[in-house]
Amino acid sequence: MKYVIKRILALIPVLAVVAVIVFLLLHLGASDPAVLIAGDNASTSDIEQIRQKLGLNRPLLEQFFSWIWRILHGDMGVSVFTGLPVTTMIRQRLEPTFWLTLSTMLFAVVLAVPMGIIAAWRAGTWIDRAIMALAVLAFSLPVFLIGYFLIFGFSIKWAILPVQGFHSIADGFGPFIRHLILPALSGGLIYMALIARMTRATMLEVLGEDYIRTARAKGVGNTRLLVRHALKNAAVPIITTIGLGVALLLGGVIVTESVFAIPGIGRLTVDSVLRRDYPVIQGIVLVTSAVYVLINLAIDLLYTVFDPRIRY
Amino acid sequence: MHNRVSRFADFAKPVLAAMILATGSSFVHAQASGKTIRMIPGGDLKILDPIQNPSYITRNHGYMIYDTLFAVDSKGNYKPQMVDTFSVSKDKKTYTFTLRPGLKWHDGAPVVAADAVASIKRWWVKDVTGRFLAAQAASLEAKDDKTFVLTLKEPFGLVIEALGKPSSNVPFMMPERVAKTDPNQQITDTTGSGPFIFKKDEWVPGNKVVYVKNPSYVPRKEPADGLTGGKVVKVDRVEWIYIPDQNTALAAFNNGEMDIFELPQADFLDSLEKNPNVKIAKDSLGCQGWLRPNHLQPPFNNPKARQALLYMVNQEEYLAAAGFSEKYRVKQTAAYFMSGSVNATDAGGEAVKAGQNIAKAKQLLKEAGYKGEKVVVLVPSDPPVQAAAAMVTVQNLKKIGMNVEAQAMDWSTLLGRRAKKESVENGGWSIFHTYSVGFDVMSPVVNSYVGGAGEAGPAGWSTDPQMEALRMAWAKESNPSKRKAITDQIQKRAYDQVPYVNFGQFYWPMAYRANLKGLINIGIPVMWNVDK
Repeated sequence: MKYVIKRILALIPVLAVVAVIVFLLLHLGASDPAVLIAGDNASTSDIEQIRQKLGLNRPLLEQFFSWIWRILHGDMGVSVFTGLPVTTMIRQRLEPTFWLTLSTMLFAVVLAVPMGIIAAWRAGTWIDRAIMALAVLAFSLPVFLIGYFLIFGFSIKWAILPVQGFHSIADGFGPFIRHLILPALSGGLIYMALIARMTRATMLEVLGEDYIRTARAKGVGNTRLLVRHALKNAAVPIITTIGLGVALLLGGVIVTESVFAIPGIGRLTVDSVLRRDYPVIQGIVLVTSAVYVLINLAIDLLYTVFDPRIRY
Repeated sequence: MHNRVSRFADFAKPVLAAMILATGSSFVHAQASGKTIRMIPGGDLKILDPIQNPSYITRNHGYMIYDTLFAVDSKGNYKPQMVDTFSVSKDKKTYTFTLRPGLKWHDGAPVVAADAVASIKRWWVKDVTGRFLAAQAASLEAKDDKTFVLTLKEPFGLVIEALGKPSSNVPFMMPERVAKTDPNQQITDTTGSGPFIFKKDEWVPGNKVVYVKNPSYVPRKEPADGLTGGKVVKVDRVEWIYIPDQNTALAAFNNGEMDIFELPQADFLDSLEKNPNVKIAKDSLGCQGWLRPNHLQPPFNNPKARQALLYMVNQEEYLAAAGFSEKYRVKQTAAYFMSGSVNATDAGGEAVKAGQNIAKAKQLLKEAGYKGEKVVVLVPSDPPVQAAAAMVTVQNLKKIGMNVEAQAMDWSTLLGRRAKKESVENGGWSIFHTYSVGFDVMSPVVNSYVGGAGEAGPAGWSTDPQMEALRMAWAKESNPSKRKAITDQIQKRAYDQVPYVNFGQFYWPMAYRANLKGLINIGIPVMWNVDK
């Protein structure tokens, strides 16, 4: 418990450093949002007046401390463009991102772990080579290409799944799941490949251990041997890979979200960066940094479940 | 092998279909009930204030929820819209307007003359035509709830055209409490009196904008024609679904998930035309591409160097590079104010109409005293028309012997860079490209880039007091033949001073599903009169 509290408290300096870096990077950049708001026909004085209204002409330090002060009061500010609170804009994107992450990882893990186990069990045979070839292919194909192929097959040729969009689970399970299948498949293949290779490598190492030979000699069945004896001991690196994958996905999968027009965190990040929507970018970076730290903490805690020798 | 794959596909297809359909009804039926039109808009709606922000997507949003005092029909005639009747005094200095009865805001309050007065006063601070009108206005006041009066210092020929201006910034009417917001500050209250109501609670910027039918809207009795006439809403709901990836947008549209594709990529148009379930709506004016030099810095602070740019351009070449096939291009035109518009003229542009002349361009550069100074072209990575045009310009500048540096950047960075007035060595620029729809180009007053207001004008800062005087004379003139003569003078002046170069006139049509009926084809995606 003490360890958990210590790790959570460590969030504060991490977020403080992230906040300073992001703020400076954004505000020292070449363009400002007032130019975009003013539009094509704007004069220099129009732009200056909009900058004044947005408070962008105040000294940098003043802008920084006023932002920090608001953050400390739980207020991330409002978008320079939409006028919506940053918390609302992030909240709108959390549901699609959460479900996309979950479905992508579920698809990847359900396929990858058995693939890795089988490849390790049949190491050196054609089965191993076929699985690894599949993994290399899945790892090498660009996500957008897989996305377009899936859209062509399932949406255009067979017309059984929608091309794009996201439907909340509140709209009904049918539309919800149908809109998730293709994005999860296209985004999940790369993680499937990664986890399958990691599982194979760690399983190979474990399967060569003395206690496995002993278990075999004692007549333990293959399934029990692979799952109970080998997989459990090979779990730590696999969990690390899965955890990092979840963290990356929660931070937004820009290509998958763009190809399937899913309004997730990734697209919000790109859109905000492209239009220099400072409060939104700052809000997203703070939230995703916190998510990264918390997921890393969860992974560390999970280690203790699979390997009782690990203690904090 | 092929047979095995086919057999697998034959087996897999029904199995997969059964599994997927088992999760519920078909995806098309999963959408919201009632008659809904789904459109892929040409951009993402980010800003809700069509007065503060002139972007076309914000203008289109304005047409959904607001109404206008006057509007333009499909033949270019200006007709009353919210106005019932109006009169002009004999000296042409006093305009009295009476509002139609029964007009209501979305919150149920009646539309009154004070709302119109406040709306006009906010608009004319921001709009290029509005500023001309404001400069001539002695007073604008509400007489009673239904009547307001505009008094001019001297006759102004564009009062009705200004109040019915169809494109950015459109003088949309807002409640007085909203219209009193500083014009440089974005409004937060989206109450309008237009045919649709904006559902702010369903708005997901970067993804979805939702409008529902305004049950209290009272349409005019005349049939819809262009932006005029009865705005009769025949559907319950309109959704704009922004799809950033054009390939996905095309697939979603072809698949029937979307009803309208507002700005399909130019090279999709030929394939869309071949789809029997799709129709193409090409408006009558189209768009004009602008190559804008920086008038403040060498070498383009010299008119001769700018004239060289005129001879460097082959409009067909630019439009082909942007992906427009021949049927969507206007042949090399000299008209600054849109070929096909009432103000189209070849005056002063005869040599340009003859097409590209590299030798002449080189000669003009020599006369300008060009000695190989660096020229910076801002090349955007994202908007396809501007990106293609910039690359063609880079090649052409090399052909005429200029020392060119192409600087690639995203569009937002470009907008920031082009605000810089410094020399290229200090972060400035020499040329950027943009384009405008015909409504914003078709007269010397609405065409802001032809103006010569210098540093008070848009980026590029063309300084030409004589041009400004001619534009004001044009605005004041109400006699059509005298106005035509001034148009010719303005265009001759433009070919002498070259505020910008027209790199081509093109049509960027909208695609829609063939089952839609009554779509109004005016270059702005308005959703009244449409049924499905």
